[in-house]
Amino acid sequence: MYESALGRLGRVDPELRTLVGWGRTAPSTARVVVPRTVDEVIEALRSADERGVIARGLGRAYGDPAQNAGGLVIDVTGLDRIHSIDADAAVVDTDAGVSLDTLMRRLLPFGLWLPVLPGTRQVSVGGAIGADIHGKAHHVEGSFCEHVESMDLVTADGEVHTLTQDDELFWATAGGMGLTGVVVRAKLRLNRVETAYFKVDTDQIDNLDELMARQSVDDEKYLESVSWFDSTVSGPHLGRGILTRANHATLDDLPKKLRKNPLKFDAPQLLTVPNVFPPGMLNKLTARMFCELWYRKSPTKHGAIQNITMFLHPLDIAGEWNRVYGPRGFLQYQYVIPFGHEDAVKRSVELMVETGHVSALNVLKRFGEGNRAPLSFPQPGWTLAVDLPVRRGLAELCAELDELVLSTGGRLYLAKESRATPEAIQRMYPRIDEWRKVRAEVDPNGIFVSDMARRLRLT
Amino acid sequence: MIDAVGSPQSLLLLGGTSEIGLAVAERYARARKSMRVTLAGRPSDRLDAAAARLRDLGATVTTLPFDARQPDTHTEVIEKAFADGDIDVTLVAFGVLGDQEEAWTNVDVARELAEINYVAAVTVGVPLAERLRKQGHGSLVALSSAAGERARRSNFVYGSTKAGFDAFYTGLTYALKEHGVTVTVVRPGFVRTKMTVGMKPAPLSQTADQVAEVVVNAVRTRREQVWAPAVFRGVMSILRHVPRPIFRKLPF
Repeated sequence: MYESALGRLGRVDPELRTLVGWGRTAPSTARVVVPRTVDEVIEALRSADERGVIARGLGRAYGDPAQNAGGLVIDVTGLDRIHSIDADAAVVDTDAGVSLDTLMRRLLPFGLWLPVLPGTRQVSVGGAIGADIHGKAHHVEGSFCEHVESMDLVTADGEVHTLTQDDELFWATAGGMGLTGVVVRAKLRLNRVETAYFKVDTDQIDNLDELMARQSVDDEKYLESVSWFDSTVSGPHLGRGILTRANHATLDDLPKKLRKNPLKFDAPQLLTVPNVFPPGMLNKLTARMFCELWYRKSPTKHGAIQNITMFLHPLDIAGEWNRVYGPRGFLQYQYVIPFGHEDAVKRSVELMVETGHVSALNVLKRFGEGNRAPLSFPQPGWTLAVDLPVRRGLAELCAELDELVLSTGGRLYLAKESRATPEAIQRMYPRIDEWRKVRAEVDPNGIFVSDMARRLRLT
Repeated sequence: MIDAVGSPQSLLLLGGTSEIGLAVAERYARARKSMRVTLAGRPSDRLDAAAARLRDLGATVTTLPFDARQPDTHTEVIEKAFADGDIDVTLVAFGVLGDQEEAWTNVDVARELAEINYVAAVTVGVPLAERLRKQGHGSLVALSSAAGERARRSNFVYGSTKAGFDAFYTGLTYALKEHGVTVTVVRPGFVRTKMTVGMKPAPLSQTADQVAEVVVNAVRTRREQVWAPAVFRGVMSILRHVPRPIFRKLPF
């Protein structure tokens, strides 16, 4: 990775860089520093001017939360040490700049597993806390911060606070999009696994109603559960899709060949996508072809053994895959709509199909309970995520979807958000004023600020 | 901030009664209820009426006294415009056309054209570039003209001021890129506005709203140079290479 290469060199002198999120949509320029130690983080904070400062990890948020136009950005990937792995207690003590990919590679030999893994392993621990990320196991495991035993947060005054789940500031930082301070280190509680493989049940289901119904019946029997759906067909097969659900495979589940090395980190990255794609590569035709293939390649099959890449992170097989969307970029629209509003979920898919804004990567999942963090995204309900290339009419479609989501009491995920209005976000996160109060106490001069915070008037 | 789909939250219009500028403002105000707009221009009923129209569309509008003829005040005008916070899109949209036969025979008319269209564009452009550089994001749209591309007999004084204008803002495109700011030079052909009232429309003439659409799309896609209409790019690239003896005989 480009960012982590810089991190290894270490850099306290700021460098002017134009930054974008994973969607490559709204560039802005900031002075970027790459501190190697907590002292260097504190030193960097002191150099912040009236344009403020924000921390940045691996830049996987789709929009602009890790950008700070005209100000300072602290790239935390220079904080890259794993301090200890306690295999007996199943706890890892790690710097915030370490990626989940690196952690998994180090933890698996001990039979330890990160309980919450998002759709990519290329996120930093700090970013995972700042967005309180979730994964396919949310209905069982909850979100990332629920497994954080403690975290070290450098606040605006340059003090390092070790926070636990008893602290209000802990929960303001969970999902707080980096606006309470810089997370520099954390202790994470881990699960134990016998193997690095999954025992997967795949169901091919030919319409959205049934897909949702099936997912609702016995989700609890599985640790991981998610469905992919086709957003290019309308009519009776609207939202046909593939439901995949899995549990960790035990040693006995594995075929003989895999039993020799059951904890092998089996997740290759085969290629890096070159930056050569023109705008409009993902269009109706290519999306339809992709969806048709994806649907057909996954017939109903139960009990299959799959590795990490096949089951959890198929996109991690290609580096920089966001380049496929071309220079105009794309956005991810991810909402949660509470249970009981299944008609609104269906309507949202219809809207996308009707307006012809095609998406190939469409994910639908049931969330379990939310947590105490005022800005944490998950709440009981259906979460849907679609990747939409930026083109004319997308603003209008998203605004219409916002209204639909608001009418059900649902919300958008800030780690994916890149175009909503401040008014909508205020209504989606009714506890945001509670969060603002905690934040104002710990950062009275408002030195922590990001493009997202400016755009959505979060602070 | 300009969001992922290219919608800004704030707009500064230098030349607060420019028809193209106001058409852009109205498009943005219609798309987003809480748009913040600053209209900088000479205080007049027309300026107030423009502000009222934008307020009716839900925008928050401030008017700011700005006289292109007073270059000494321009730095202060820009400071005031940015006093309420970052500005996402700035439109440099002031200019005069004047009587072209008088313009090359009457020194006062020629001087006014040069001062408004070129000198003022530079004296607002410099402090503007400084503010945008500091804020590290934003879009600066400069309304140039196809007339600046190659001097014509019929309007070469105006054309010469726009040639200078165009070169200055094209230069800013390069200078501000590394600071996260996109500068877009817009080159319309003949636009049917109050500026050209009474003139015979040239081929491919446009309305202010058509040019506004070009501007909004250019901001959204972060283009650095656009023509209005787009075919003008091809037309002008041919005209640019027509030999002088033939060019001077062309009927425009």
